[in-house]
Amino acid sequence: MATVLEKPEHLRLTEQGKPVTLLEAIREGLWEEMERDPSVFLMGEDIGAYGGAFKMTDGFLDAFGGLRVVDTPISEIGFTGAAAGAAHMGMRPVCEMQFIDFISCAYDMITNYIATSRYRGSGGVPMVIRGPSGGGVRGGPFHSQNPEMAFFHTPGLKIVYPSTPYDAKGLIKAAIRDNDPVLFFEHKWLYRRPQLREVLPNEDYIVPLGKARTHREGRDITIVTYAAMVHKCAEAAEILEKEDGLSVEIIDLRTLLPLDEDAIIESVKKTSRLLIVHEDTRTGGIAGEIAMRINEKAWEWLDAPPLRVAAADAPVPYSPPLEDYFLPQVDDVIKAARHLAKY
Amino acid sequence: MATKTKTRTAAIPHGLTREQLLEMYRLVRLTRSLEEKLEVLFKQSKVVGGLFRSLGQEGESVASAFALNRRDDGTGDMLSPLIRNLGSMLTIGSRPVEVVKQYMAKADSLARGKELNIHITDYQRGFIGQISPLGDLIPVMAGVALTFKQRGQDRVGMVYIGDGATSTGAFHEGVNFAAVQRLPLVVIVENNQWAYSTPSKFMTAAKQFIDKAPGYGVAGEQVDGNDMLAVYAASKRAVDRARAGEGVTLLEFMTYRRKGHAQHDAQTYVDPAEIEHWASTNDPIDRYVKTLVDNGWATAEELTAIGADIDRELDEAVAEAEQSPLPEPEEALTDVYGDGPVNAPWTRHTPPDPTLA
Repeated sequence: MATVLEKPEHLRLTEQGKPVTLLEAIREGLWEEMERDPSVFLMGEDIGAYGGAFKMTDGFLDAFGGLRVVDTPISEIGFTGAAAGAAHMGMRPVCEMQFIDFISCAYDMITNYIATSRYRGSGGVPMVIRGPSGGGVRGGPFHSQNPEMAFFHTPGLKIVYPSTPYDAKGLIKAAIRDNDPVLFFEHKWLYRRPQLREVLPNEDYIVPLGKARTHREGRDITIVTYAAMVHKCAEAAEILEKEDGLSVEIIDLRTLLPLDEDAIIESVKKTSRLLIVHEDTRTGGIAGEIAMRINEKAWEWLDAPPLRVAAADAPVPYSPPLEDYFLPQVDDVIKAARHLAKY
Repeated sequence: MATKTKTRTAAIPHGLTREQLLEMYRLVRLTRSLEEKLEVLFKQSKVVGGLFRSLGQEGESVASAFALNRRDDGTGDMLSPLIRNLGSMLTIGSRPVEVVKQYMAKADSLARGKELNIHITDYQRGFIGQISPLGDLIPVMAGVALTFKQRGQDRVGMVYIGDGATSTGAFHEGVNFAAVQRLPLVVIVENNQWAYSTPSKFMTAAKQFIDKAPGYGVAGEQVDGNDMLAVYAASKRAVDRARAGEGVTLLEFMTYRRKGHAQHDAQTYVDPAEIEHWASTNDPIDRYVKTLVDNGWATAEELTAIGADIDRELDEAVAEAEQSPLPEPEEALTDVYGDGPVNAPWTRHTPPDPTLA
């Protein structure tokens, strides 16, 4: 039933052995899943002829047609709800939030309806809601948020937030094939960063949900992080190694829900020091949850209290000096790591 | 097959047969009797949580769902009810025994004790459970209808909403999306004149809900909701339009809620004379019976026999439901995800033991 369609040139990069950006990796993943499985289809605002606000779905409408690339009214409850209905009928919809900030408009549908559907006896809802998130691009309060923690508390959902092109492609494919609803966050600051480009395997692959990845091996401090902060932490780790002789291990969560608790505990047992870094705001952020899990299950291995570096408890500001002050920076990570190392 | 004793039998309208008329009677009678049974069980504390009655509205539920292709092999039409659409549920294929088990929170109920009242789903028989945030099923049923269109299937979705729930964003977004996509969807606004304790006049400044239809660019029709044949006819027209690719229809059924929002609500905010007026002059079942008998389509004896069958069926359903077990406590952790149960909180169901890490 799967059809092989003529690929537009911008979707042939991996085929030609060329490196791809995070955005291109996700685009390839979407295309391949749509080609592989006729029940996969896309819904969202301006995703058709325009190809999406970030051009993620550029060329999809021509190839797959209006029944599989559905341009919707500005209507987040409407199209996430419709995706759930289609999923009930055996489809695998992928909804785009033009900016992930607007996911809050669909909060009721996602948390009350979609997340509880299997539990209530209406069956699993195999659908993905994806969209650009995160700051650092001067997008202001409504185009820069990290709303993952608004959903982290909701049983029934899975939450994915990749940091590399390889992971992004493997995870979007796994998310589409998953039988539960998946929120897929894409950090827009990473979308087109040339230094992240990777040559991806030509064959079909997935990255399993719920498994963290060691981004960098180390002995002295564990940094647990995800998304754009993986790269900020890596930068900090290089400096800490050079200037302080500290060996920093970086765990990239990749999936926030379910949380790979074992990977965190294993690393903490090795290093005895834990720093959690996220771009989401501090209060109620994932750092608190991770620190508490370590408190419950690995307290005796710690040589220092767990610390966190997070965004300030404020809306995301617009002006560059304000946004830079608001967001966690490499220096913040270095300072926190040095503080931990002194214990 | 007309009765041989009648000399003057009026022609049955809307393409219905006498058997179908009697089946509609059975379903509406079953709805009321089942709710009466549930009320007894509620008073005996055997129904868990709340109980909702559709007294006075049973006719439109049954007659609207009767216009659908009702099958049990996953190829028929689909509906999503509200709490006052037990009649629609029974009409599309839900069985009384499973409704009783559901209200009693039994392990072998459709939702296995995890969800309440008629929030139940069976895609094979064509019904999908609503949730309590009102309006949410409008977009969901639009998505169901979208898939019918994507697959080129000759199937229709029907979704119910009350006058109160038309105020929600989900209602607007769902109808608008379905209208733009010209989806095969019938949206029914049951105007029973009360949203919990709030009258319709505080729900909309429009003279009637059907005034919203042209705003969405869809067909609209208002019907006397307690006239079962009129409801059937309007529903059939809407379903036929949907099947013919003509898109969404908004139907408004004018009816009246004769009980409180739920069993606990004594309706002190309503003039009792108003309820009495609707009960004595505009009960949907009384009106339907009169129509059947006056036109010579059924005899009083036939209807009495149907009632006796229903009483037997319900006694058996209650007896079976009472025998069913309640779920095992650990089942609370299953069906959150498709790939296994969630963990019990470590410090609750097992003694804290740091070495477990």
